[in-house]
Amino acid sequence: MELQSIWFFLWGLLWAVFFLTDGFDFGIGTIYPFAGKTDKDKRVMLNAMGPLWDGNEVWLITAGGVTFAAFPKVYATMFSALYTPLMLILFALIFRGVSLHFRGKIDSPAWKMVWDTFIFLGSFLPALLFGVAFANIFQGIPFDDQGVYHGNTLKLLNPYGLLGGILFVLLFILHGSNWITIKATGDLQKRAVAISATTWKILVPVAVLFLIASYFATDLYANYFKYPMLFLIIITAVAALFATRYFLAKEAWFKAWFASALTIVGCTFFGIAGLFPALFPSSMDPEWHLTAFNASSSPLTLKIMLGVVLVFIPLVIGYQIWAYHLFKDPITDEDLGMDEAY
Amino acid sequence: MDPVFLSRLQFAAATMFHFLFVPLTLGLSVLIAYMETKYARTGDRVYLRMTKFWGKLFLINFALGVVTGITLEFQFGTNWSRYSEYVGDVFGSLLAIEASVAFFLESTFIGIWIFGWKKLSAKAHATVMWLVAIAGNFSAIWILLANGFMQHPVGYTIRNGRAELTDFIALITNKHGWLEIIHVVPAALLLGAFFIMGVSAYHLLKKQHVEVFQRSFKIGLVVGLVTALSSGLTGDMHGVNVSKTQPAKLAAMEAHWETQTQAPIILFALPAAHREENIIEIGSIPGLLSFLGFHDFNAEVIGLKDIPKDERPPVFPTFVGFRTMVGIGTLMILLMVYGWFQRNRLMENPLYLKIMLWSIPLPYIAIEAGWVVSEVGRQPWIVYGLMKTADAGSPIDFSQVAISLIGFILVYGLLGAVGFYLIAKSVKEGPEAETN
Repeated sequence: MELQSIWFFLWGLLWAVFFLTDGFDFGIGTIYPFAGKTDKDKRVMLNAMGPLWDGNEVWLITAGGVTFAAFPKVYATMFSALYTPLMLILFALIFRGVSLHFRGKIDSPAWKMVWDTFIFLGSFLPALLFGVAFANIFQGIPFDDQGVYHGNTLKLLNPYGLLGGILFVLLFILHGSNWITIKATGDLQKRAVAISATTWKILVPVAVLFLIASYFATDLYANYFKYPMLFLIIITAVAALFATRYFLAKEAWFKAWFASALTIVGCTFFGIAGLFPALFPSSMDPEWHLTAFNASSSPLTLKIMLGVVLVFIPLVIGYQIWAYHLFKDPITDEDLGMDEAY
Repeated sequence: MDPVFLSRLQFAAATMFHFLFVPLTLGLSVLIAYMETKYARTGDRVYLRMTKFWGKLFLINFALGVVTGITLEFQFGTNWSRYSEYVGDVFGSLLAIEASVAFFLESTFIGIWIFGWKKLSAKAHATVMWLVAIAGNFSAIWILLANGFMQHPVGYTIRNGRAELTDFIALITNKHGWLEIIHVVPAALLLGAFFIMGVSAYHLLKKQHVEVFQRSFKIGLVVGLVTALSSGLTGDMHGVNVSKTQPAKLAAMEAHWETQTQAPIILFALPAAHREENIIEIGSIPGLLSFLGFHDFNAEVIGLKDIPKDERPPVFPTFVGFRTMVGIGTLMILLMVYGWFQRNRLMENPLYLKIMLWSIPLPYIAIEAGWVVSEVGRQPWIVYGLMKTADAGSPIDFSQVAISLIGFILVYGLLGAVGFYLIAKSVKEGPEAETN
């Protein structure tokens, strides 16, 4: 495989890992106002992601940084064309981050309500907007050969774009709620199981609808018909989605979470495999697609960065797995009693 | 109106706000790691109380530093797409390395540190803090190497209509970048030290938690003395290098208009760029600029008049920024040297404690002024000698940038106020009482 194709795959992988890790944080933040009946419930949910969300968020930074290093033209065009949605995502992430830290600093209902609102918005909005953005990327973005954007930001909210947004929100809710089944006990755990089950019921038709709509709204399937092996990605994603439900019914919480994680990775790669070799297709002219081949960095940069990534990303995955392992047990009263707890 | 102008304002606002928190994160993380190691080794609970107290302040500050950093990485794409396209092959890799090598480590282990008190042994927990501190400072190294490329581009060639990397080693051994690193990293420690001394002074003046804060103050004093002196020394090295590589910046730093040998330093001046002279000049010391820039009283220093008009940086902010930084830097050295002789009778010297309490803003002002010198002084170039800022912006609407800029100001203003309030509140509450 050429260097550029390897980088295309790594680029997709980084986004997938970001959605798989920070995705459950977004999901928890989204169900947080509804699932957390008491302050203690809420604190259990926050502390369930407390030690992990910060490290999870860095996958986004790395996905962005790697886009910059390996595909500078994509980085430049994508982020300037999607200026407004990206800014909204960034502001939302700012609020989520500080809200998690600040909420518990003052013991007043009004104070907590302010930050609770921001935790919800700071989780729901990125989930929705990432879905909208990627669905629009699958359709193509109106930019010319100079990278100048000719669209209207509101048009990103087209039916297929919105469907992508809803799909992402539901996926992340399922994934986040699954994490709560691992980290909570008692009533909250039961509620999380119910949320997962209900979300799953809505998610299945939405996912099917998205797969069908993708056929009409995008060119994603072109690669699939060319290389039918790729359908394995879709099959994996669907199988993982059904496995999630199966493991939930079996009360095998970790397995259910792994299954929803695999569903998210599968969904991401459904799009990535369909896009190849384009990272950022233009809806104005296929000639202007930014691809792994016409938008990449020089071979030297790609080689050096490949070395860096191949050494450090496995290391990161290693210590993040250790962190997850360290905080795998349900939240106890003792955990909540610590000064540092959220 | 030009969107580039607003993008510049936005980047300046976002960077300067981000940099209110970063130096304290860098400095305090090292000092807390030291305190916690002392606790892990000796079991002395005073060190534990110190770790917990400073850790609490650290975390509020850390949260603000992290969230405001995310927007910076993406702004190169959103607002500076022409720049990103042109130099991404070289510059982008440094940011990607920063994220994968350093920022991941810092962000993952800070979570473990916050929530891992009961899960890890005291020694392992202290080690985690060292990882956070090392990773944070490593982050700074990569970011400053990226800035070093903008200040003094090396290791590239122009090919395929863009700057392409040819020599990675040259890029990461860039002298300009390393001079920034050895200046900024000690400055961050100095800021952390002043913060610790100022907050300690607050409690020492009230004669409360004396043991915790006397010890903290002394740690701050040792670190502050060493870093105040070394920041001065590395600042001088930096100045000598700038004289050679960025003559326009040097001339702007000194409001120096005429090329001459035995060039003077002017203590105070009011430069008027359109008239190409200083309206007011007070206190001229002949030959000193030649000496500071080149360590030779007779060296010739190029004046602004001999630099094409469209390659001159804004003189006033560069000139004032430099004086602010050097003036405060000198003051901090004096405070540290004096403090060193007072170290065993701090409690008998409330005036000094009061001065140190009110000195907390000093390193903040100095460090921000330093960045003004560095970045405004580089203008009109975004990459010195290679690409102009005016050519670097994204082809985006004025209104988009205007809205996001207003958003930045409102959000950062709000967060700054809340952060300040929470830090002040935690400072006043003080460390937890002695327990067994």
